[in-house]
Amino acid sequence: MKRIESVNDFVIKFANVNGTGSASANNLFAKAVFRMGIPVSPKNIFPSNIQGLPTWYEVRVNDKGYLGRRGGIDIALSVNPQSMAQDIKEVLPGGYFIYDNTKPLDLRLHRSDITIIGVPLTRICNEQYEDPRQRQLFKNVVYVGVLAALLDMDFKVLSGLVEDQFKAKKNLVLSNIHALELGHQYVHNNLEHPIGITVHKSDQVGDKILLDGNTALGLGALYGGATVAAWYPITPSTSVVDAFEKYAKRVRIDPGTGQHNYAIVQAEDELAAIGMAIGASWNGARSFTATSGPGVSLMSEFLGLAYFAEIPTVLFNVQRAGPSTGMPTRTQQADILSCAYASHGDTKQVLLFPSTPKECFDFGALSFDLAERLQTPIILMTDLDLGMNDNMSEPLSWDDERKYDRGKVLTAEQLEDGVEFGRYLDVDGDAICYRTYPGTHPTKGAFFTRGTSRNEYAVYTEKGEEYEANMLRLLRKWDTINQYVPAPITVDCGMETETAVLYFGTSEESSREALDHLASEGIYLNAMRVRAFPFNKEVQDFIERHKEVFVIEQNRDAQLRTLLMAEFEFGPDKLKSVLCFDGTPISARNIRKQIKTHLNGDNVLPLHRNTALLRAGESR
Amino acid sequence: MSYQLPKFRHPALPVNDLGYTKADYEGAISTLCAGCGHDSISGAIVRACHELSIEPHKIAKLSGIGCSSKAPTYFLGNSHGFNSVHGRMPSVVTGAALANRDLLYMGVSGDGDTASIGMGQFAHVARRNLNMVYIVMNNGCYGLTKGQDSATADRGSASKKGEPNIYSAIDLCGTALQMGATFVARSFSGDKEQLVPLIKAAISHRGFALIDVVSPCVTFNNNPKSTKSYEFVREHSDATGTIDFVPMQKEITTQYQPGHSHEVTMHDGSSIRLYKMDESMNPFERRSAINALEEHRSSGNILTGLIYMNLDSRDLHEVLETSRRPLNSLDETDLCPGNKMLLNINASLR
Repeated sequence: MKRIESVNDFVIKFANVNGTGSASANNLFAKAVFRMGIPVSPKNIFPSNIQGLPTWYEVRVNDKGYLGRRGGIDIALSVNPQSMAQDIKEVLPGGYFIYDNTKPLDLRLHRSDITIIGVPLTRICNEQYEDPRQRQLFKNVVYVGVLAALLDMDFKVLSGLVEDQFKAKKNLVLSNIHALELGHQYVHNNLEHPIGITVHKSDQVGDKILLDGNTALGLGALYGGATVAAWYPITPSTSVVDAFEKYAKRVRIDPGTGQHNYAIVQAEDELAAIGMAIGASWNGARSFTATSGPGVSLMSEFLGLAYFAEIPTVLFNVQRAGPSTGMPTRTQQADILSCAYASHGDTKQVLLFPSTPKECFDFGALSFDLAERLQTPIILMTDLDLGMNDNMSEPLSWDDERKYDRGKVLTAEQLEDGVEFGRYLDVDGDAICYRTYPGTHPTKGAFFTRGTSRNEYAVYTEKGEEYEANMLRLLRKWDTINQYVPAPITVDCGMETETAVLYFGTSEESSREALDHLASEGIYLNAMRVRAFPFNKEVQDFIERHKEVFVIEQNRDAQLRTLLMAEFEFGPDKLKSVLCFDGTPISARNIRKQIKTHLNGDNVLPLHRNTALLRAGESR
Repeated sequence: MSYQLPKFRHPALPVNDLGYTKADYEGAISTLCAGCGHDSISGAIVRACHELSIEPHKIAKLSGIGCSSKAPTYFLGNSHGFNSVHGRMPSVVTGAALANRDLLYMGVSGDGDTASIGMGQFAHVARRNLNMVYIVMNNGCYGLTKGQDSATADRGSASKKGEPNIYSAIDLCGTALQMGATFVARSFSGDKEQLVPLIKAAISHRGFALIDVVSPCVTFNNNPKSTKSYEFVREHSDATGTIDFVPMQKEITTQYQPGHSHEVTMHDGSSIRLYKMDESMNPFERRSAINALEEHRSSGNILTGLIYMNLDSRDLHEVLETSRRPLNSLDETDLCPGNKMLLNINASLR
């Protein structure tokens, strides 16, 4: 058997039981690697369940900084008998399987092409601890100690982390370090170590941070000046408002009076959640709601109202696998079309596509400026992978000189001075009209907001030409919007190429890695990361410049490709799909394989769509 | 019916404490059917706001969809209005009220908008005790879609089509009480003397104030077999008592029969006086109010007047401890913690 040997480059997967406290121990491991200066990307793969079902935590460690899902498992650490058969099967030949051998491994599961390492975790804990809950919790910490020894990690980094984590609780520091030592010691006394894979100190993370996108979004809302948050609990978006609340409690409560400079309402459903957000922003407060696909469906009617009546609205959509309840704890980018054209009638909604926690923060805060400047809903499209996993990211920063852009709002003084006010009157020629907040002036500036057709002065009308003129203005406004949304980022490979790739959101890391691998095989592709809808002219030019463009996305129906075709009228030959929709983040290996398959001449579009999809599936 | 409101006003029109005439509280001319109860309610709202000397622009009027929800166009023309989504007015008001606690929020809805499509939001806005006036223009039918029965139509009541309604009716006052509303009243569009003081009291109440106003639909539901017709309501209503509203710092001049009156000071310093009270009920006790509603229901009568008021009501802003300054008036200096905090957060994430 040829063992996998590597330094700072591997994928480890922890197999646990949901609700046993494994998450914090696994996190301890990932963060320790990160503190040793090596890029990591941990991913939770968890069930829609609170306690009892299998849950996994996959950590990619990569000195080169590739953070996307790689595919393949080098080390599996299994403490869950339920999933053991599957877990051992997944290990790549030459890899390592570490398990709790208090109960011996089922002989049928044995593999001769991997290294199997048994550690009696349960026995160690049963001997050490009386309390059953402690036995369970510390078992997780013990295996982190085991890993530290097997992978030759710096134990001081681990103990330092524990000290930081439990700063105020000295006894917790000691007991956790003791548990780490138990595992560490066991390996030293009983096992051959280190194994072929090791972790050594490096300097590849710079000033980067490890943060989940949802927390970054919550912070973005806080910095962006949101004062009203209305939401309905739904995985995977719940932690957005949790984070907003956590930090708002810290900085938005007057220590003297106890008064809150924010209001959070857990609504009765998503319809009410967005209704509240719209009501608050209609009345001049910055507000937002956060949800996922099923919530977007419920919010669609209101999104149409906000589009048509031109009310600033901020919606954070943390996407998950649909349709319907789908796979609620798995990731996808499958709400592109339902959001881009959300609601009945002719609508177009602004979408933002962040790729990193830093962008979640930046775009999160920017959403409020854009919503008020453009007077329309801004839907920020993130997903479970970015939202709920710790992602390595540039540090967050804020320009203290920055002022909020509150958009075109007439003041009492302006009204008093006799400025002509028509709520839907395009005074500046950019198709964005002036609005007033309720309560501004005793006799001037009041208007009636409605979802029905109205004239430029907000007076109800059923005249076709007035309705049409308004709808055309909204289309012109779309051009103005285009100048405000974040531009795409082009990654030039340094030469003219016929073929290119286009991606967005969480496909970035894997796409970049796939491109590097393809380049090393002599296949060079220009690339573009789209960051918003409406698509910038640069996107159109980029696609036109190339003969063929692969659109990489994490859904079944190639939704971004459809949107590009609809908006630019590209033919289907021009845009090819690279898809992944099994609920796991798209991997670099998958992308590379799909592109190569196509470039190697397998470019005849199968008669049946299913065949094409099956092919995409096989190459995962 | 003319399609434009005459601009001319009688020079001697009485002005209120702010110098506004009643005309300053009126809206566009109504496009509802002639004789529609909703127009009378609009008139009562205009009168109440004028007499209370509320600055017209300090009111926001919001509604859902339906005949009732069109009504806000026809009153308070100097106030911002929002004709939102069917059944979703409560959520929009909730957001608006959170953004600026200094305005008066007047929600107008109908029986379809509230008791059917909007039942969930109605229940929850009551439960949260949002500081608002919630007026239901209740005619037991869907007017804009030509007269289908609504969920408040009584079992056996028949609209113009003649088919008796086969389902039991939802009593909005009873529902609101169950959901925790802190002010519940019922009135009749044809009884302004009762409705105007009730609207005033609802405005003064701090918290969620429901007024369920039976408001006959002259086109589809004003026939002999309907229990929401002018005639039926006139013949079958029982008032809990007579209510008089006395604004803050106004002298009480009315003389009352001794023995049956009850004066209550409201949160804002104004007071209401209840007289000729039905002695079998106490509108300051929820259980008593629920019993009274049920007794009248079972005897086939409509209980009107003030049904319940909680004098210790704490509204949503108090519960959430939101800033006294309206949230929509806060800026970067109030809201943004600055880069220094991010440096600390970054450090904790390494």
